[in-house]
Amino acid sequence: MTPFGLRRRRFVGALGQVITALCASLAAGTLVVILLYVFMQGVHALNPAFVTQLPRPVGMAGGGVANGILGSIVIVGIAALLAVPMGVLVGVYLAFYGRGPFPEGIRYLGEVLSGVPSIAIGLFAYTLLVQPLGHFSAFSASVAFAMLMLPLVIRTSDEALRAVPVSVREGALALGIPTYAAVTHVVLPAARPLITTGVLLAVARITGETAPLLFTAFGSQFWEYNPFNPMAELSLQIFTYAISPYTEWHEQAWAGALVLIAAVFVLNVLARISLRGARR
Amino acid sequence: MSLPLESATATLRTKNLRAWYGKRLAISEIDIAVRGREITAIIGPSGCGKSTLLRCLNRIHETVSGAYAQGEVLLDGENVYKREIDVIALRRRVGMVFQRPSPFPTMSIAENVLAGPRYAGLRLGRLHEKEVLERALRDAALWNEVKDGLRRPAVTLSGGQQQRLCIARALAMRPAVLLMDEPTGSLDPLSTLQIEDLVTALAHRYAVVVVTHNLQQAARIADQTIFMLADEFGAGHVIEAGSADHIFTRPTDRRTEDYVSGRFG
Repeated sequence: MTPFGLRRRRFVGALGQVITALCASLAAGTLVVILLYVFMQGVHALNPAFVTQLPRPVGMAGGGVANGILGSIVIVGIAALLAVPMGVLVGVYLAFYGRGPFPEGIRYLGEVLSGVPSIAIGLFAYTLLVQPLGHFSAFSASVAFAMLMLPLVIRTSDEALRAVPVSVREGALALGIPTYAAVTHVVLPAARPLITTGVLLAVARITGETAPLLFTAFGSQFWEYNPFNPMAELSLQIFTYAISPYTEWHEQAWAGALVLIAAVFVLNVLARISLRGARR
Repeated sequence: MSLPLESATATLRTKNLRAWYGKRLAISEIDIAVRGREITAIIGPSGCGKSTLLRCLNRIHETVSGAYAQGEVLLDGENVYKREIDVIALRRRVGMVFQRPSPFPTMSIAENVLAGPRYAGLRLGRLHEKEVLERALRDAALWNEVKDGLRRPAVTLSGGQQQRLCIARALAMRPAVLLMDEPTGSLDPLSTLQIEDLVTALAHRYAVVVVTHNLQQAARIADQTIFMLADEFGAGHVIEAGSADHIFTRPTDRRTEDYVSGRFG
């Protein structure tokens, strides 16, 4: 004799398993389809010239997005230089003095900031830097990107520092090492792999951002090295090419998307490697 | 500032020491005396405040958010809780070892031992560093096991070795007093014996205060034993203090007798 309801429980359990597995396959499958599709569309236009040459005028074959790739590196690089030191310092503050209304308020504001749409942050950077200076600039885009990165860097630093055992921190203080030296020489190095992982993921996250660039970096057809001038940027170029009416530009937009996805993929792999370092 | 060649032992006394975690009183009216070149063991059931008492002696207690202490702790007669005291200088004189071995995870064996002198701002110079390193590791009975791999990561050592490394790290600062918070609490029996032998040897030169759950351990190594118990509000008091012989064989207080004979705790 089977106990009451056993058959029904088994059925519901099996059904639940099937449904969750289907959802998981759908989610993973979508990603695979996107990657395959971008690859198939983009791979024709991808050639050495695409990543080494400037864009050519409409109607001329060839040309590339090298200035956009350089612009992405410059803009994201400056954003990281702005956001990482500040974010880590805020993380240190929260992890070590993180009780009470003020730190809790900062944590909450960080969460709010991470939920602000990137286009609104772009508008803010426009009002802050583009309007007063009178022209678009890569630096204003970096500031917008830094604001997008900041909450991620703060949260990972806070969590990474908290994950360092209290005994390590106390061990340092008990030796008569002053607090600042205990933080910089003992606790921060112990948290570094996790912080690095968080920073790489934050960089990967902003590398694909386009919206704030529309009214900050603006784009350019030329090589540009001065961050206080308008600058080309890869995802912005993809956007421009994709909404254009020209077939060859559409192909280049796909190729650009492929390069962008590859870059983000590399960043994610690096983040995983760094995380493995943390687990060791 | 440089390191003294010989560590000078010191005495510790507390007068009406009380400590809180936020609003909760954890220890109350503590009056104990720790003599130099002796081992003082603090025993008592979980939650009786013995670790808190230990942590007040080098003022690491107050690094916990909301924790504070009142009363006096006299190190060679000087109150370490008076306003002008330099807490950093105090902690250099009063070393501490924790229950869980806590080598600094990113550092090598040598870097761990030298972390105190280096980051506490004593510039030793390379030759002197080598000397301090070898001496601390010898004093912690670890030198022979690690001398060929001083640059290895400290986390590759076994638990017992890590604990002796933490002792070496504390000794490198040439403290006058060594505080040990259940130093064998997470170790196997063999490592425990090694640490006990080591502690006995160290007591020739330092004042050692050991918090322990292990009554046999206290009976084996302690010159003086302090028995603590929490009252009905959870605040720890000293019930009785005396020689190990006194506490374990003819205690004056009924509660001490109940505890050491295993009736509770």
